Amino acid sequence: MNIQAHAVQGMDGYLPGDRLPSRWSPRSRDLAQALGFACLVLCVLISLFFLGFLIYFIASRGASVISWEFLTEAPRRAMTRGGIAPAIVGTFYLTAGAILFVMPLGLASAIYLCEYTPKSYLVNLIRLSINNLAGVPSVVFGLFGFAVFVKGFGFGVSILSGSLTLGIMALPGIISASQEAILAVPQSYREASLALGASHWQTIREIVLPSALPGILTGMILTIGRVAGETAPILFTAATFYTRGYPDSIFSEVMALPYHIYALMTEGTRPELQTPIAYGCSLILLCLVLAVSALAIVLRQRQRFSYGS
Amino acid sequence: MALEAKIRASDVHFYYGQTRALTGISMEIHERCVTALIGPSGCGKSTFIRLLNRMNDLVPNTRVEGRILLDGKDIYHPKTDVVELRRKVGMVFQKPNPFPKSIYENMAYGLLVGGVKDRGFIEHRVITALKKAALYDDVKDRLHDSALKLSGGQQQRLCIARCLVVEPEVILFDEPCASLDPISTRKIEELILELKKDYTIVIVTHNMQQAARVSDYTAFMYLGELVEYDRTDKIFTVPKERMTEEYLSGKFG
Repeated sequence: MNIQAHAVQGMDGYLPGDRLPSRWSPRSRDLAQALGFACLVLCVLISLFFLGFLIYFIASRGASVISWEFLTEAPRRAMTRGGIAPAIVGTFYLTAGAILFVMPLGLASAIYLCEYTPKSYLVNLIRLSINNLAGVPSVVFGLFGFAVFVKGFGFGVSILSGSLTLGIMALPGIISASQEAILAVPQSYREASLALGASHWQTIREIVLPSALPGILTGMILTIGRVAGETAPILFTAATFYTRGYPDSIFSEVMALPYHIYALMTEGTRPELQTPIAYGCSLILLCLVLAVSALAIVLRQRQRFSYGS
Repeated sequence: MALEAKIRASDVHFYYGQTRALTGISMEIHERCVTALIGPSGCGKSTFIRLLNRMNDLVPNTRVEGRILLDGKDIYHPKTDVVELRRKVGMVFQKPNPFPKSIYENMAYGLLVGGVKDRGFIEHRVITALKKAALYDDVKDRLHDSALKLSGGQQQRLCIARCLVVEPEVILFDEPCASLDPISTRKIEELILELKKDYTIVIVTHNMQQAARVSDYTAFMYLGELVEYDRTDKIFTVPKERMTEEYLSGKFG
């Protein structure tokens, strides 16, 4: 067969312009497309529906109890009156304590793992362990915190124990986020810095960290935001059912929003009065966590903006 | 033309893991001359130039054999201060790599990490270097703008200027024009010719015409070996090796 015949007839015996054999007619193909597309849209809508419904559900039931007093006063009359201010303050202290503890630790670990350790079997094992740590159930962290900080170190049920436990729970997330941000810094920056006679540490401090900082902060804030709403880690380590006033030292036990919700729903004698307060409490917690995530998103946007220049 | 050997490599072998990338390279790089390294991709010219300021130290699992002397001192001696070496041997990379900082901060970086604190001195050095790199007039009104706003060619001249600030003795150019347009390329070439009055220059290039235009000496490398090394005019007119001639005439590469 010569080449021309080949071209005209085609390799598969069809002439140019012939429709390729297909199980689908054009019409049924369009139908399949439309069906597939509809399925995807439906799935998205269902997810959005649950999210929207959750927010509506919490907001509609919780909004009625929210007032200035609710945010600024302590609970009264066995939690059936008054506000939740000590719980907001407690959650703030616990989260701030966790940040103070975990940010330096997580960042230093990430720097070490990315910049100083040669790629080896051991380092891969460490990375794997950190990732697995992220999958440990939160109540296990709670028990660990109880055994180690409350009993072992003798910190008692306190802000300190609770912050350390929350911090440890956030650690894997913070290390991974920082690692990602550090590894995303182009190698050419490091080479340029070293070639100008900067030491390894100067390169990390002056070039790598400033470039990675927005990414590190975003990851840290997201992780902290998630951890701040956890109940189980503070259940045995920091939270208490009721305090009259505000904590006066890091060794005080505190009220905290997630635990307060739990307490309102499971303890006490007037559920009909307690339940709306629990919804109000949930709404506040939800708003706080959303605000923190929003902050992370804003930071990330600004980061994109500054890289684009 | 001064014929002092600034850098003397003797029997240098280099390995990435088990793979040998350079085989027995011996050559002298002369002071205040431009030495060009040419050869097809993967022939080891970039690997070799990165040995001269120990940039390959960053690549894990590599090994150097043989000796490379800078002013008679072995740069791979265990007691060599790598930071000090890199101050003497500056480098300009294939892709312009200014830091995401202002032009001025980019320029001052080498002095700041070297511990210089005197602001007046830094400013003086920065301006001198920018003028030497023929960039001062382009950027004098926006020294505090982001360096990333400059064009590719300007960014590369900034990288050259940034390297001049620390007053190195040798400057390594690793395919400095690979990502630039012809006009920017010409400006960089003019700059290199200007700089060779004060500095010893080694340039890796893919572009044979560029080697012919800017260099005094040319080394032709192939598969990790130094095939021929001589004055550029001789290499390009009467090469001794058949392989050099075939490469230069475009028979392979």
